[in-house]
Amino acid sequence: MQGTSEYTPRTGIERWIDKRMPLPRLMYDSFVSYPIPRNLNYAYAFGGILSVMLISQILTGVVLAMHYAANSEIAFTSVEHIMRDVNYGWLLRYLHMNGSSMFFLAVYVHIFRGLYYGSYKSPREIQWLLGVVLFLLMMATAFMGYVLPWGQMSFWAATVITNLFSAIPLVGDAIRTWLWGGFSVGDPTLNRFFSLHYLLPFMIAGVVILHVWAFHVTGQTNPTGVEPKSRRDVVPFTPHATMKDAVALVAFFLVFAWFVFYMPNYLGHPDNYVEANPLVTPPHIVPEWYFLPFYAILRAIPSKLGGVIALGLSVVVLFLVPWLDTSKVLSAAYRPLYRIFFWVFVVVCIGLGYIGAMPPEGGYIIAGQLLTAYYFIHFFIILPLLGFIETPKPRPASITEAVLGRPDEPGEPATPAGATAMPERRG
Amino acid sequence: MLKLITQLSAAGALVLASFAMASAAEEALPHFPLKEPEEVDWSFSGPFGTYDQQQLQRGFQVYREICSACHSLNLVPFRALGWEGGPHFSEEEVKALAAEYTVTDGPDDTGEMFERPGAPYDYFPAPFPNAKAAAYANGGAAPPDLSVIAQGRGVERGFPTFITDIFTTYQEGGPDYIHALLTGYEDPPEGEDVRPGQYYNPHYAYAAALAMPPPLFDDAITYAQNEDEDPNNDVPQTVDQYSKDVAAFLMWAAEPHMEARKSMGFTVLAFLLILTALTYYTKRRVWSDVEH
Ligand code: HEC
Repeated sequence: MQGTSEYTPRTGIERWIDKRMPLPRLMYDSFVSYPIPRNLNYAYAFGGILSVMLISQILTGVVLAMHYAANSEIAFTSVEHIMRDVNYGWLLRYLHMNGSSMFFLAVYVHIFRGLYYGSYKSPREIQWLLGVVLFLLMMATAFMGYVLPWGQMSFWAATVITNLFSAIPLVGDAIRTWLWGGFSVGDPTLNRFFSLHYLLPFMIAGVVILHVWAFHVTGQTNPTGVEPKSRRDVVPFTPHATMKDAVALVAFFLVFAWFVFYMPNYLGHPDNYVEANPLVTPPHIVPEWYFLPFYAILRAIPSKLGGVIALGLSVVVLFLVPWLDTSKVLSAAYRPLYRIFFWVFVVVCIGLGYIGAMPPEGGYIIAGQLLTAYYFIHFFIILPLLGFIETPKPRPASITEAVLGRPDEPGEPATPAGATAMPERRG
Repeated sequence: MLKLITQLSAAGALVLASFAMASAAEEALPHFPLKEPEEVDWSFSGPFGTYDQQQLQRGFQVYREICSACHSLNLVPFRALGWEGGPHFSEEEVKALAAEYTVTDGPDDTGEMFERPGAPYDYFPAPFPNAKAAAYANGGAAPPDLSVIAQGRGVERGFPTFITDIFTTYQEGGPDYIHALLTGYEDPPEGEDVRPGQYYNPHYAYAAALAMPPPLFDDAITYAQNEDEDPNNDVPQTVDQYSKDVAAFLMWAAEPHMEARKSMGFTVLAFLLILTALTYYTKRRVWSDVEH
């Protein structure tokens, strides 16, 4: 997409298609000859992993939907029917259920990678905003998916989260009733959640296309934060990035398989194997692990409306990051102060996750409030301030210089073996 | 690297400080269960675990002779008792077992419901017609269905066990809990008053006492396995043994395909390991012409 296309149709059929609808050309230019910085590390592989996880979730999900019954009378039993009677039903369900956790694991690495290397800075703001939209869609999808097995946690998580809407002044109660389709979480709620849970992944897929498009326009960031300047700074996407992404993907699947086959219920909660019962409140309602930090923020504020606002803000703040960060330097590798605050922030998020899993009593409340305060201080005070007080380290003149550890010598051949000219030569 | 470590520990200190405050201020509310369950050494734990077929058969006997008086097992059909990776009764045995139960079928051509002996495709009949009846007969608390109870219970593991569990593949919280509950009845401590119809049990997850009377006693049932000629395969007829056996049976009832899952897991992981190595070396080849 950048500059001229390197695609040359070789057969008659390819030429015929290329004249009418150049999809092969688009694919070739985007995933074969597309230049990527030569210094990308494995943290950059998670975008690819996320695409594969999305496809995996859609495939297992579509088959599960063939056997699942979205009816509050039999939803729980229908899931057990999948686990017991459907051929390899247990495998599909465990893949889908743990797949959502792996999806979030990958997206968190991906987001923190973006925060570390300044992937949200000019000219990649739209790219970042689309990413936050994807994250929101994922959260909605995962939340509604968790309700479908109609276990105790499904039911009570749905109750707690939908109840949040009643905190909105004046119209809150009406909105909540409208969401429920009744006067409590019940059969209509389950049905609409199922419908939306099936719909949203395809919306995610659509936004993913925009997200990928955006980065094909701006190019990827890289660990130096210096944009590629010559052909020597880049390598072709295939085979270089393809192979590196493949290594990361297979290693990631090892972890995924470990959970699916050896501890499929570790990431879930036992209460979700107890059928939903509106009359019995579980002693301790907790969301899935990937929502725990946000749950801790929600509970840190003593007022309901305040908690809801804090929760909303904790996600919305991600939309503002490109403008809150006042530093022009992309990569944290050259920002000595930001680097420290970045890692503190990571640990604070993990701490919030731990608090989210604990009962809201005694000191956990105080700890949760401290960490919540820090979460917002990081975005609203530290990020803007650092740009003014920090002296960045000298940055290399080019990616190649950073890689070689010495100035790029003009005497060397302009195109090292393996740079973008290679696909043409392969013939 | 050293710098990173100092940075991380600074961050860690901040979080630890807030946790220290957390535990210092923790209130003296009782946390249930009062006692953590003991970890039993199950044949089916770990990546290579398999069910002990004889244990499942014994556990089934415990369920059938004792628990089934109060607890249903709605999701388990008789035919499942013959599945491989389960109690694995022979086809004849399953038929005979099923036929011992009477099931209601119908309506027939005249529109009447009728009773007939059970067949392998039937499900275990429930002891009570509905939850209300079950609760009424049991001091106000309906005995829960036991089909997925072994996955539906589990005591919080706490820090740092919940992290080491990932590597030891601990997934036996359910059976450990059931075993602890069934063996955990004791006299209430001085000053603790237990309402009539409630039985003190510090292993119960939700309170100090529950509505289930201690269901097991030493020698309450004679294992079929102990009645044969061979004294070598005799097992003790104690509350502890009964509890282990029935807990194992309930684990199987909750997850009848666990053996298939674990053995497939080994194949998949072995395949992925080899694939990781192959892709890694291919990647090294591809990148060998570029310094990066
Ligand atoms: C006399 C009837 C009766 C018998 C026999 C009986 N139970 Fe129960 N069981 C109950 C009742 C009632 C409850 C509900 C207790 C409550 O909610 O307070 C219960 C609850 C349970 C629970 C759930 C405890 C929890 O954490 O909520 C398990 C597990 C259980 N029984 C297992 C067994 C097993 C295994 C057997 C056979 C060895 C058995 N029961 C025999 C009546 C019985």
